[in-house]
Amino acid sequence: MTAAIAVPTTTWYLLLAAVLFGIGVVGVLVRRNPLIMFMCIELMLNAVNLSFVALAKALGDIGGQTTVVFVMVVAAAEVVVGLGIIVSILRKRPTATADDLAELKG
Amino acid sequence: MELFVFICAAIMILGGAVGVVTRSHPVHCALSLVATLFGVAVLFVAMEAHFLAAVQTIVYAGAIVVLFLFVIMLLGIDRSESIRIDPIKVQRPLAGIVGVGLIGIIGGAILQSRDAIKARGEGLAVANADNPVHDSNIKQLANDLFSNHVFAFELTSVLLVVAVVGTVTLARRPTKRGASDQSEESPDDSGQKVSE
Repeated sequence: MTAAIAVPTTTWYLLLAAVLFGIGVVGVLVRRNPLIMFMCIELMLNAVNLSFVALAKALGDIGGQTTVVFVMVVAAAEVVVGLGIIVSILRKRPTATADDLAELKG
Repeated sequence: MELFVFICAAIMILGGAVGVVTRSHPVHCALSLVATLFGVAVLFVAMEAHFLAAVQTIVYAGAIVVLFLFVIMLLGIDRSESIRIDPIKVQRPLAGIVGVGLIGIIGGAILQSRDAIKARGEGLAVANADNPVHDSNIKQLANDLFSNHVFAFELTSVLLVVAVVGTVTLARRPTKRGASDQSEESPDDSGQKVSE
C-alpha cells in the first residue's frame, strides 16, 4: 500500500482542489464582510486552477494550462471591479455588511 | 519526495483556506490567503507548470492580495468582526451541510472517474535529463496561447482595459456637481461617462 501511494496521483490533486473549493463555498455562505467573501471567491478560483493544471498534466494537454492563464486574468479583472464597487459603497457606509447591501442604494 | 512536497503544500493550502474563513480580522484573512496562494504555486511547480507558478506568485500573492490589503487599510475597516454571533440562526449549519455535501459529491465524482483519467493519461512531455530536446513548459504554453487562443488573448486585454476604466470611474470621489447621482450609476454607464 505504501509503495502505491509514494507519488501523489492526479486523484489526490483533484480531491485537494475539491476540499479547497468546498471551504471557499462555506466561506462565501458564512462570512458577512464583503471583502472576505471576495477572498473566498479567490479560494474557489484557485481550486479550479489547481484541478485544471492537474488534469493538464494527467491528460497531456497544454490547453488546461492555457485556460488557467485566462482564469487568472479574469480573476484579476473581477477583483479590480469588485473592490472598486466595495470602496465606493463602504466609503459612504463604513460598517456595511453583506446584509446591509441587499438594496443596491448608495 | 514528491509526496512530501504534496503533503506540505496541502497543509499550507488547507490551513490558509480555513484561516480565511475563520479569522475574524480582515488583515489576518488576507495573510492566510497568501499562504493558500503560495501553496497552490508550490503545487504548480510540482506539476511542472513553471510559468503558471511564477504568474501565481506575482499576480495573486503579489498584486491581488496587496490590493485587498490596500482596500482594508484605505477604508479603515480593519476592525475585528464578531464571528461568534450568528445573525441568521440556521445559516452556519446549512452552510456546513452545503460545503460537506459539495465536497462529497465532487469527491465521489473524482473517485468514480479515476480510471478514465488513468486510461487516457500519457502525461505532458517535460524537458528533463531523459528528454532534453522537448520544448519546455513555457514554450508549449506560448505556442498554444498564441496560436490556438490568440483571439481570446486579445479579448483579455480589452477586458483588462474595461475593468481598469470602470474601476476608476466607480471609485472616484464624487464631484460636487453630481455627488448624489454619481454613486448610483450602474457599471454599464461607466464607459459612457468616461468618454464624455
